[in-house]
Amino acid sequence: MAKLRNDYENSFFGRLDRWIRGGGSRLEQEMERDLTEPAPESPLLSSESIGEREDAMYARHAEAHAKEQAMFDRLHNWSRTRGRKLMNALYALLSVVICLSVILVLLETVSDLPHFGDEENPINNEVSERYIEKGLQETGAVNIVTGMILDYRAFDTLGESHVLFIAACSVLILLRVSQERQGGAASQEKLDAEANDRIYEPKNDIILQASARILVPLILLFGIYIILNGHLSPGGGFSGGAVMGAGLILYLNAFGFKKTERFFTYKTFKVISFCALAFYALSKSYSFFTGANHLESGIPLGTPGAILSSGLILPLNIAVGMVVCCTMYAFYTLFRKGDM
Amino acid sequence: MEFLNVLLLLFILVCAVSVSLTKNLLTSLIIFMSQSLAMSIIWILLQSPDLAITEAAVGAGVTSLLMFVTLKKIHAIDIQKDAQGGKQNGKAEE
Repeated sequence: MAKLRNDYENSFFGRLDRWIRGGGSRLEQEMERDLTEPAPESPLLSSESIGEREDAMYARHAEAHAKEQAMFDRLHNWSRTRGRKLMNALYALLSVVICLSVILVLLETVSDLPHFGDEENPINNEVSERYIEKGLQETGAVNIVTGMILDYRAFDTLGESHVLFIAACSVLILLRVSQERQGGAASQEKLDAEANDRIYEPKNDIILQASARILVPLILLFGIYIILNGHLSPGGGFSGGAVMGAGLILYLNAFGFKKTERFFTYKTFKVISFCALAFYALSKSYSFFTGANHLESGIPLGTPGAILSSGLILPLNIAVGMVVCCTMYAFYTLFRKGDM
Repeated sequence: MEFLNVLLLLFILVCAVSVSLTKNLLTSLIIFMSQSLAMSIIWILLQSPDLAITEAAVGAGVTSLLMFVTLKKIHAIDIQKDAQGGKQNGKAEE
């Protein structure tokens, strides 16, 4: 990049310009001026004139100060009262206008969309035809959605579960409170976090505990049912895992960390996440090398509708469910206590 | 069924507007939860129960829980302060 020069006067083109206009070189010009114009004589100042000048200067200063004060007052007044009101009104107006225009644009777009459930829609192409017609034979899953996301497009789901795991890792990095110091005493940060944890909630809430005793087993069972039945009925790994995670969080809220630490610690999270993700990656990551093409797994598909059917879909569902459940629970504990 | 659909969509609209207009963060969070629940019913009406389960578990459950915890962390849930804030709001509205 060329160096920027600000003094055009002294630059090459400036001098060229002056030379063309008939000025000779700068040195000559200055010499000429020195010869023609004698320097103005400095007048000797009397003490009176000095006094006058000082007075005038003081008067000017006072005037400027008064002006400045008035200006400051006006400005302050304006920004405190009228200006603020005006700006608030402007903001309100602008927010409404922007919202309305966005709504209008979106509605315009929606009105241009093809009609819901229309036969001629672009989504009704050979891909969905293939999924609907051959899905049951090729994947063995009665639930077409699960057959799609865990068989035809299993690599998509692989990426999704890894995204979840990475999200849990970043929350871990950002929010985890430093562990106990070497002396064995808990660090001040950790103590603060635990004290903060108990500020606004009673420790043993009877209503919460009584309802949790009934609800938690039901929620966990329902989550397990959704996961295991993912290839037969609506649901699957992700939704079942989320339900199970919610149940675990309820249990934690009702009975506290002492009880959950018996079966779920940081180590459990590590082991379960790693095993599930490794299993998934081992069984489906070949898709990235075969260009999303299918390889025969060799596992018999079984009779459609039975719980042990549709090959790899059931174990994959369990793996995804484990990852999602652990991630949800880890999110909650890390947000709340900065630890697991 | 059409009527129920329209009712739920209207409910979602009202919720979405009131979430942004509510001053109290806790209240707006609970409205957000109910909006998510209505959304999951709409998914069922649109015949996608998979999405409905996920929406109910993630949208209404885990997301709101995380936000509750965040509110507590930043000390936005303060019982006394809330009571005073409510009174002040009431006065302002009167």
